[in-house]
Amino acid sequence: MNKLIQNEMMKLIAKKRLVVIAIIIGILVALFTYAQFKENERQREKLGTDDWRTIIQQTIIDQQNRISSPRISDEWKQQLQIALQQNQYYLDHDINPSEPGAPTFMRIFLENSIELFIPLMVMVIASDIVSSEHSQGSIKLLLTRPVKRWKVLLSKYITLILAISLIVAIAGLLSYSISGLVFGYKGWGAPVLTGFSVTDAGLNTASVKLIDQWQFLLMDFGLVWLVAIVVGTLSFMLSVLIRSTAAGMGVMLAALIAGAILSNMVSSWESAKYFFMVNLKLTNYMNGNPPPIEGMTLSFSMMVLLIWWAAGLFVSFYVFTKKDVY
Amino acid sequence: MENITLSVHNLKKVIGKKEIIKGISFELREGEVFGFLGPNGAGKTTTIRMLVGLIKPTSGSIHIGGYNIVDHFEEAMKHLGCIVENPELYPYLSGYDNLLHFARMLDGIGEQRISEVTELVGLRDRIHDKVKTYSLGMRQRLGIAQALLGRPKVLILDEPTNGLDPAGIREMREFIRFLAEEEGLSVLVSSHLLSEIQLLCDRVAIISRGTVITTDTVDNLLSNRERVVWRFHPLEKGKEVLGSLTAIEEREDGTITTEYDEIKTAEWNKKLVEAEVSVTEMYRKMPVLEDLFLELTGGDSIE
Ligand SMILES: Nc1ncnc2c1ncn2[C@@H]1O[C@H](COP(=O)(O)OP(=O)(O)OP(=O)(O)O)[C@@H](O)[C@H]1O
Ligand SMILES: [Mg+2]
Repeated sequence: MNKLIQNEMMKLIAKKRLVVIAIIIGILVALFTYAQFKENERQREKLGTDDWRTIIQQTIIDQQNRISSPRISDEWKQQLQIALQQNQYYLDHDINPSEPGAPTFMRIFLENSIELFIPLMVMVIASDIVSSEHSQGSIKLLLTRPVKRWKVLLSKYITLILAISLIVAIAGLLSYSISGLVFGYKGWGAPVLTGFSVTDAGLNTASVKLIDQWQFLLMDFGLVWLVAIVVGTLSFMLSVLIRSTAAGMGVMLAALIAGAILSNMVSSWESAKYFFMVNLKLTNYMNGNPPPIEGMTLSFSMMVLLIWWAAGLFVSFYVFTKKDVY
Repeated sequence: MENITLSVHNLKKVIGKKEIIKGISFELREGEVFGFLGPNGAGKTTTIRMLVGLIKPTSGSIHIGGYNIVDHFEEAMKHLGCIVENPELYPYLSGYDNLLHFARMLDGIGEQRISEVTELVGLRDRIHDKVKTYSLGMRQRLGIAQALLGRPKVLILDEPTNGLDPAGIREMREFIRFLAEEEGLSVLVSSHLLSEIQLLCDRVAIISRGTVITTDTVDNLLSNRERVVWRFHPLEKGKEVLGSLTAIEEREDGTITTEYDEIKTAEWNKKLVEAEVSVTEMYRKMPVLEDLFLELTGGDSIE
C-alpha cells in the first residue's frame, strides 16, 4: 500500500498542481492583505493615530459603570462583562481591534474561504485524480497489474486526503506569513467570542464565552479541513463516475456555486438544508451568524456532511471495483 | 508436452443488449506466438480487454498460469504483461519513472529489473527523458518494457505494430519472435493485417463477428489451400476445357486459378495440350491469408 501511495504522490507532484494551488492562494492572500491594509489606513486617518486607546479606555469605563448599575438584567450584565474583557485585552496587549494581527487575518481568511475558495482548490486535485487516468488511457495499465482495484482506489483516496491536508496547511501558513509582514504576528491570545446557539426564539447567548484566538483557530482549521474532505470526496466520486475531468469539475463547480447562492437567499425551501453545499459554512455557527435555513445547527450540518461523505465514498468504491473499463 | 499458459473457455460478452463476443475458446502454449486475426469490429480488443481483466465476461472462464482471473485476480495478473490498443503511459513522467511506477505494483521487482528491460528494448539513452518527448516507436518499446517488468509467462499485445514504419514493424516482429523462442513466453498478438500474422505467428485464430471461425497453425491453414495459376492460349478454348474438368476462377490479368492436386493437375495439363491449347505458364501458389480470410468469412469486410 505504501508503494501505491508513493506512486500517486509521484504523479501528483509531477503534475505540479499543488504548486499552482499554492501560488493561487499566495496571490489571493496578498490581495486581501493589501485591501485590509488600505482599510486600516483609512480608519487611522479618520481617528488620528493613537486615538483608539483613548476610545477603548472610554468604552471600558462606560461598560464598568453600566455593569455596576442595579437596574440592568443579569443576562445583559454577562454580555457586557464579555465585551469588557475583550476590550481590556486589546488595551493590555496594545492591539488595535480594528487593525488585526496575522492570526486574526488568518481566521477571517479561513472563515471566508471555507465555503467556496478552499473547496475549489480541493476540487482541482480531486476531480482529476481518477478521471485523468481514464483520459490518458493509463487506467488500462493501472488496472491490469496484480493489485486489486479497491487497493488502487484506496491509495488514490489516501493521497487525496494528504493533499487536502496540505492545501489547508498551505492556506494557513501563507495567510499567516504574508499578512504578518504588514500587520505583525501578534494576537494569538486575543479573546474571541464563541458559544452562540440559535434557537427558535432567536440567538441564544446564554453559553457565550471568550476563548483565546489560537483555540478558536484550531477549531476553524478542523472545520475547514472537514469541509475540504467532504468536498474532496464528492469530487473524487465524480472523478470515478465521469470520465472527463472537465465535466466532473463543471458539475462540482455548479454544485458549489448553487450552494453559495442558496445559502444567501433566505430560503423558505426547507428541504434544501439536506444539500451538502448549503452546509459548508460551518464557521458561521461559531460566530453566531444566523444559518441560511431555520433549524440548522452545527451538529445538523456536520451530520449532513458526514452522510454525503459516506455515500460518496461508498459509490466511488462500489463503481470503481465493478465497472467495465473501455 | 507443451504447457498451456492461457486458456479461454466459451467466453461471452453482452454489452447492452448486443452480444459482442459469442463464445470464444482457445489456448496458448508456452513459447508460441498466437495470432488473433479479424476485421475491424470483430471483437479482438473486446476479447483482450476481458483477458486482462478490464471488463468482466458475461460468461465463460479465463485462466492465466492456471489461475482463474476472476477468482484469483492477483495471482493470474502476475503472469501477464499486456498492451491494450496503444501503450498509454504517463506523459509527464520520465520513462524511468513510468517503469518505476509499475515496478512498485509488482512484488520483488526493483531497479535491477528496470535496467534489464530498458536494455532489452534498447531505450537506455532516452529513459530519463519525459515520455511526452518520445516518438511513437519509443512509446511502443516503453510499453513493452513495462509489460515485461514482472517476468510474465503471457504477453498480450493488441495491434503492436499499429503506427510503426516498415523498419519498426520488422524490428517489432523480430523482437516478438525472440521473446517467444528464447524467453519462452506465450505471446498473443491481435491484428487485422493478414500479412503480419502470416510472418509472425505459429498459430492463428480467425475471428469474425465475435466468433472464432477457425484455429490452426499458419502452415496448415495455408498448405490445405494451395492453388495452381494457369496461363494459356487461346484463352476461351482453354477455359472451356479446364472448366469441364474442375472449378475455375478467372483473374483480370488473364490467368486462371484452380485447386492444386498433384495427380489431377498433371492430368488437366495433358488434356489441355491434347485440345491444342498451349500452356504458357503454370505454377503453384501458396494462398495469402487475404484469400483465406475472404473464403472463410464469406467476404466480410476487411481493411
Ligand atoms: N463499449 C461498447 N459498447 C457497445 N459496443 C461496443 C463497445 N465496445 C465495443 N463495442 C462493439 O464491439 C464490437 C467489437 O469491437 P472491438 O473493439 O473488440 O473490435 P476489434 O476487433 O478490436 O476491431 P479493430 O480491428 O477495429 O480494433 C464492435 O462492433 C463494437 O462496435
Ligand atoms: Mg481493436
